[in-house]
Amino acid sequence: MNLDFTPEEQAFRREVRDFLAAELPHDIRERVRLGRRLSADDHLRWQNILSARGWLGANWPKEHGGPGWGPVRRHIFDEECAAAHAPTVVPFGVSMVAPVIMKFGNEAQKRYYLPRILANRDWWCQGYSEPGAGSDLASLRTRAVRDGEHYVVSGQKTWTTLGQHANMMFCLVRTDPEVKKQAGITFLLIDMHSPGISVRPIVTLDGAHEVNEVFLDEVRVPVTNRVGDEGQGWTCAKFLLTHERTGIAGLGHAKQALRHLKALAGRVRHRGRPLLELASFRQRVVKAELELMALEVTHLRVLAAARDGGAPGAESSLLKIRGSELRQELSELTRRALGPSALPFLADFLYGDEALEPGQAEHAAAGAQYFNRRKLSIYGGSNEIQKSIVAKTLLGM
Amino acid sequence: MDFSYSDEQRMLADTLERLIADQGAPEAASHKRSAAHAAPSALWLTFAELGLLQLPFDEEVGGLGGDGIDVMIVMQALGRGLVREPYLAALLLPGTLLATLANEPQQERWLTPLLAGERRLALAWQEAEARYDAHDIDARARRQPHGWVLDGAKQGVQVASSAEALLVTARVDDGSLGVFLVPADTPGLSRRNYRTLDDQAASDVRLEGVSVHNDARLGGDAAEALDATLALGRAALCAEAVGAMQAACDQTLEYLKERRQFGAPLASFQVLQHRMVDMHMNLEQARSMAILAATSLERPAAERDYRVAAAKAYCGEAARFVAEQSIQLHGAMGMTDECRVSHHAKRLVMFDHYLGDVDHHLEFVSERFTAA
Repeated sequence: MNLDFTPEEQAFRREVRDFLAAELPHDIRERVRLGRRLSADDHLRWQNILSARGWLGANWPKEHGGPGWGPVRRHIFDEECAAAHAPTVVPFGVSMVAPVIMKFGNEAQKRYYLPRILANRDWWCQGYSEPGAGSDLASLRTRAVRDGEHYVVSGQKTWTTLGQHANMMFCLVRTDPEVKKQAGITFLLIDMHSPGISVRPIVTLDGAHEVNEVFLDEVRVPVTNRVGDEGQGWTCAKFLLTHERTGIAGLGHAKQALRHLKALAGRVRHRGRPLLELASFRQRVVKAELELMALEVTHLRVLAAARDGGAPGAESSLLKIRGSELRQELSELTRRALGPSALPFLADFLYGDEALEPGQAEHAAAGAQYFNRRKLSIYGGSNEIQKSIVAKTLLGM
Repeated sequence: MDFSYSDEQRMLADTLERLIADQGAPEAASHKRSAAHAAPSALWLTFAELGLLQLPFDEEVGGLGGDGIDVMIVMQALGRGLVREPYLAALLLPGTLLATLANEPQQERWLTPLLAGERRLALAWQEAEARYDAHDIDARARRQPHGWVLDGAKQGVQVASSAEALLVTARVDDGSLGVFLVPADTPGLSRRNYRTLDDQAASDVRLEGVSVHNDARLGGDAAEALDATLALGRAALCAEAVGAMQAACDQTLEYLKERRQFGAPLASFQVLQHRMVDMHMNLEQARSMAILAATSLERPAAERDYRVAAAKAYCGEAARFVAEQSIQLHGAMGMTDECRVSHHAKRLVMFDHYLGDVDHHLEFVSERFTAA
């Protein structure tokens, strides 16, 4: 038993690090580092660079043009990207719809969509949640009625992340309201420019426009855009949820956040001494460090199991719960560390192009970011849902 | 990166599991031991036959060259099976110190019979005033023409009542930390024996003008050897706690599935499902820390001690959580002496009182943790 990376894995880490140092544009790096919103163009520029290097589909097998990395390399890649302040790749295309198309799509769909995703030509968003279907996703009501070679889709999707930039949406729709709720769901690919689609922003409590409502009013979707059979949508959705998702613990981000917090609390003064020397504050930072140590080893255990052919299922739920809790704690400590400096809400800097003094810019995002991070325990299946999954699948309750 | 056991380690784990399953219900044996019983048990002799007593020591001192993971496997199995044989206190701690510090005649006289299971030793390092600090001690060793005179008091010395000799730490005139072998019947050495809440044999020991020969001292300054020994002991305790947490989780889950109230199994209630998941998460995170500790024992001292302290602090919190929740989820049954989980719970809570508690180890990490 050992916890060390192999010499090949260490060499790979250096390769990724060198690539990031050379290729990540400085302006994008700075925006990520300072917690500022990225424009659509920022995301596309970075993803084009990854695409040119062959690393956009980091989770893709070689047969579809991916690098064919195993779970350990994907983890190293994620960790280095977070440490270098690279933007998170918008996951809806490469990590979410692509595996579903690979698994359930027909040849024509694979030939058409997969190369476009790998070349960063489509911006995908996710049409899952609805106003009446959150944790109970299977009760979704967006209706798709067959009309010749089309489905006519009407309904409403919500919490659609970055849907304002998307030209494609993968969408769960109800094709049969008569059968058991899971059995009447179908997986459709919808062109966001179709007549009848409108996107309305939702501003979140941190002032950001990240998520949207998507309204569908008699949108005509070709039957050829259906992935899998009619009524197979829930299977596709479950595959996506249980499909091994690297980085679910957000370990790289947590490490980066802890490094930042320690540096910050070492700099900020409390009665003339570094805040990090204040016993009550230091204790919480120490506990966060311990939690990170445990989380990292647990993460490596899951990666090693996946590498050796196991299918991590419920263990990813454990990582998601503890990882999101840790990242939330770190965002809380970072906000507290700033004291009164956390008060200003500098929306034009965070979400626009307003310039600030360097000293102020460094700390501008912490307050808003704390509120933004509340999403971590809600999205991707809330932590309560994750606990129910673990209880059911791992513990047989 | 590899978390799998070697073939030998898998065999070791299987052997232990079978052996411990054959021992019957440990709770039945509780409270029946006298505080001062002396002879090694039949199980201890079986350990010797199976090579478990030689396992963790280097080949050159007569061991089998096992590493931290081997110790983890043994301790986890003992923890899971609620086995009270003092593998840590009577073997690992004194044996490791002897193997590191003792000269050849000392090893022959003390370590060889220890590894053969013929006699037991105890390590007396803890003092009331110093709490869990092994270096800030008041016990003194004064040089005499033909030996040493020891004075001091040691607290919570495990297996002192059945040990043939005690390894006693004391501050020497020259400022170094000495370890002295003191036969249990040496005049001036007295013991107050008791059993602990988690059913271990322990004693408070007094040394008043205890005279020992020149050859009673092990090596020179023993500070680093003592730290390394305690690090191994802490890693071993973490592994034992993981085994006990596993058992407590398994038993609690089984109980929730079989116990019915309001016409349904307790396991069907969401509030209890989520609590069970919380226990399970604590178990798995503690397991990761126990692995981290076990694989850090060969690292440079500073790194080793940092990681081991982190693991001991983390496992201390996790163990208490699992213990308290196992009692709670068993309802009033969990309060009874008859219910096996109550014995695991006591072990898991008292785990924190051996070799440094959460506060001690958090402070250790905190003092060394840097802003970088």
